[in-house]
Formats: sequence, structure tokens, C-alpha cells
Amino acid sequence: MSAESVIQITDVSKSFGRNPVLDELNLNIQAGESIVIIGQSGCGKSVLLKHIIKLIEPDRGTVRFDGLDLQEVRGRHLITLRRRIGILFQSAALFDSMTVAQNVGLGLRESKEHTVDQIEDIVHEKLDLVGLADAAEKFPAELSGGMRKRVGLARAIATDPEVLLYDEPTTGLDPITADLINNLIVELSQHLKVTSIAVTHDMVSAYKIANRVVMLYEGKVRFDGTPEETRATEDATVRQFITGSARGPIKVR
Amino acid sequence: MGLGVQALGRKSIQSISKLGGFFVLAGRFLASLKDIPKSLRLIAEQIYFVGLKSFPLIMIISIFVGAVSAWQAAYQFKFIGAPPRLLGQAVGKAVVMELAPVLSAIVFAGRVGAGITAELGTMRVTEQIDALESIGINPVRYLVMPRVIACMLMVPFLVIFANFIAIMGALIVSIVGVDLTPEIFLNGFKDSFAMKDFNNGLIKAGVFGMIIGLVGCYEGFITTGGAQGVGKTTTSSVVVSSVLILIFNFVFAVLLFRI
Repeated sequence: MSAESVIQITDVSKSFGRNPVLDELNLNIQAGESIVIIGQSGCGKSVLLKHIIKLIEPDRGTVRFDGLDLQEVRGRHLITLRRRIGILFQSAALFDSMTVAQNVGLGLRESKEHTVDQIEDIVHEKLDLVGLADAAEKFPAELSGGMRKRVGLARAIATDPEVLLYDEPTTGLDPITADLINNLIVELSQHLKVTSIAVTHDMVSAYKIANRVVMLYEGKVRFDGTPEETRATEDATVRQFITGSARGPIKVR
Repeated sequence: MGLGVQALGRKSIQSISKLGGFFVLAGRFLASLKDIPKSLRLIAEQIYFVGLKSFPLIMIISIFVGAVSAWQAAYQFKFIGAPPRLLGQAVGKAVVMELAPVLSAIVFAGRVGAGITAELGTMRVTEQIDALESIGINPVRYLVMPRVIACMLMVPFLVIFANFIAIMGALIVSIVGVDLTPEIFLNGFKDSFAMKDFNNGLIKAGVFGMIIGLVGCYEGFITTGGAQGVGKTTTSSVVVSSVLILIFNFVFAVLLFRI
């Protein structure tokens, strides 16, 4: 375990009913890394991501954030810790009844640590960063899929988190909008100097945003390497996934 | 046989686990009450959505409940030879003690409880509740507590309103259908009216409101599986709330009205 690991996932197992999803999985993530977790649909990528922000707790094993065992972090400490992590959900998960600006500013308003003017400035700054300063007063129903993801991203970075989690950031988007989101993720990683963890099965996205690629298979880490190592790997399971072939050792569910 | 026992066992474990989950949510609701001062805006919004918008429906139902009670009582009086002047007493007791609290609560469960479950269930399956937690907001404090408090406050208010409207409905039937004068009906109602019955009705209504709010929120929180899941838990919310209202109504009858 490296001293600089911001996230340490140790022997984590998780099942839903009789369906094991994660099986004694180990993964350490260093500060400043841009890591992409790939794997088949249903292999536990999103479940792993939600463990990092304690939206899901492991059946066995430990998840540590900045040295703190998340199982022991509760109440106000958990709220404070969660503000250090931003997450972009697969469906963006915007609050339907609120405008874009209200969505982005909700966490800040509820924390009661900022004045109304300060919140307005921060919301404007974050919307500007994702190119949606003009959409502040719109409702989520009036936005396209790509715009919703960008608002979700603005909300995720509203509290200036140290770690950003992306759950399938390009799923359901056309290739051009997907590229826009990928560029935004790369820019945010460089601009905000955050640790990025994205789960995806979109290899174009993975190669664009990652400096480390991890593949999950049968509840464990099957592969861990740089994008170049990923492209060159001889592992038939990884090759089947990255080339998108129906033939190979991976059982199609 | 073996499969049947297995299925029964599985169902029993699910039911116990669901009951446990409900009590955990109820405990977290009680713990969130300390945050009432900083949630007043959310509570006010919910009072408007769940309460004020229910008045028209409660008015329509109450007027017909009062009217049919007077009509049926008058019909029974005819057979047993009871004097029609007792109509105000009979209908007044029935409305204040049972009909207004129970029927208002069941209608409220159908309108508001179902709405709460559908809203929170949709928020659950679209990850909006996860999103709240991820930005450091306690969803019990932000979503559950304001809704349950609004239900606890508004069901008693609706019952007061339902009492009044139902008595008006009964009065109209007594005048038009039974040929009683308003004075005779209202004097009969006044003679039988006891503040204790009225207060007990309001206490029951507050508890029914808490049941509707908590069940509605709990069913919403445990929703899985998209639109079909939302449909299932919304139905379950109305069924469970209605059954619990009737069970608790019997418990209240035994505790509050000694034979």
C-alpha cells in the first residue's frame, strides 16, 4: 500500500441476494491519477464506485479514503467527507423540480457555509466551466442528454472536490457529445488537479481520459496498466473486451 | 411441498427484513426532528403540496359521507320507530368519532401517500436520492421529515374540515329528505357533541398522518426496478397505509372509548 494512496480498497466483497458482484477485490488509487475502470455491463463497476462514496457498504473488506475507514465514518463526518468527493451519475440524477442553477448550488446552500451571493458566483463559475452559463434558469426536462451530464458535472465540482467519480460518463450520448464530455473530464482533471475515477465500457472514452486502466472481471481486478499496456496486452479476456468481440473467454450474460 | 416451505420461508424473511427497515427509517425520522428549525421552508412547501391541495377532494367526499349517513340513519329510524330528532345526535357521533378521521385518512393515503411514494420511488430509481447523499445532504432530513410532519399536521386539519362539511351534508339531507328543521338537527348534534370525542378524533388523525407519511416515504425509498417498481411500491403504499389505519383505528377505539 503506497503512502500516497488516496483510496484503498482492500479485500472488498459484495453480493446482492445470491448474486456475488465483487469478490475480495483490491485496488489502490493514488492522488492525481486519472483511472478508468472498464468491464462488462453488470460486472460491478458502478457498485465499486458507489463504495468509494459510501452509497453502498461492503459485505466484507474495507474501503479507506485518505486513510479513514469509511465503515467508521458516520453522521457529520460522513457529510464532510462526501463534500471532498464529487460524483457524476450515469443518468446525471438532476433534481427535476429545480432549475439548473438550483441543482448546482443545492449542496452549497445546504452546507450553510456560503452567502447567497457567494453561491451565485460559484454556480456561475462552475456552469461556465462546463459551457452552460446560459442554461442556469432552465429545468432538467428542457435539456439534452449531453447538457444534463454537463450540469451533473457542474454539480459534482461545486464543492471543489479532491476526487471526482464518473459513472458511465458517455453512455447514451452521440459520439460528438461523448467527445465533448471526454474533453471536459480531461480539462477538469488538469484544471482542478483532482483524482479522477471513471467507470465505462466505452474504450474510446477510456483511452482519452485515462492514465491508468483497470479491468474488472468476475468480481476481481483482471488487468491494471497504462493505456499503452492495455492496447498491447496478450490477455485474451482483456483483448476480447477492448476489441469488442463476442468470441472469447468472457461469458456473455 | 419442500419448495412451498422454501418460498414461505423466503417470504417471511423478506417481510421481517421489510419491517426492520421500516423501523430503522422511523428511528431516523425521529432523530431528524432536531433539524426542524432549519427545515421550516421544506415543511411549509410540503404542507402546501400534501395538505392544502387535498381540501377540495376531502370536501366532496365529506359532503356525501354526511349525506348518506343521515339518509341511512333516517331509514333505520323508520324501522325501529326512533324519533327523527335523534338524527343530529346519531350522525354527529358517527362523523366526529369515526367517519371523518378514518375516511379522510384513507382518502389522504390514496392521494398523498401514493404521491409521496411515486415521487420518492422515481427519485430512488433515477439515483436522485444517491445524488442528495453524495452532496452531503441527509435524505431523511431533506425528504422524509418534511413530508411526515406535513402529513401529521394536515390530516387533523382535514379532519376538522371534514367534520364540518359532513355535518353540513347531513343537515341538508335532514332538511330536504327527512323534513326536520335545522334547529332540531343542530340541537340534537349539540346535545351529543363531546369535546373528548372531537379531540380523540384529532389525535387519531395525527397518528394516521404519521403512518401515511412514513409508509409513503419508506415504500419510495425501497423502490427498485424502474417504472414497474414505482408502480408496485405505490400500490403497496396505499394498501399498507389503509390496512394500518384500520388496525390502529380499532386499537384507538379500545383504548379511548371504554365499553
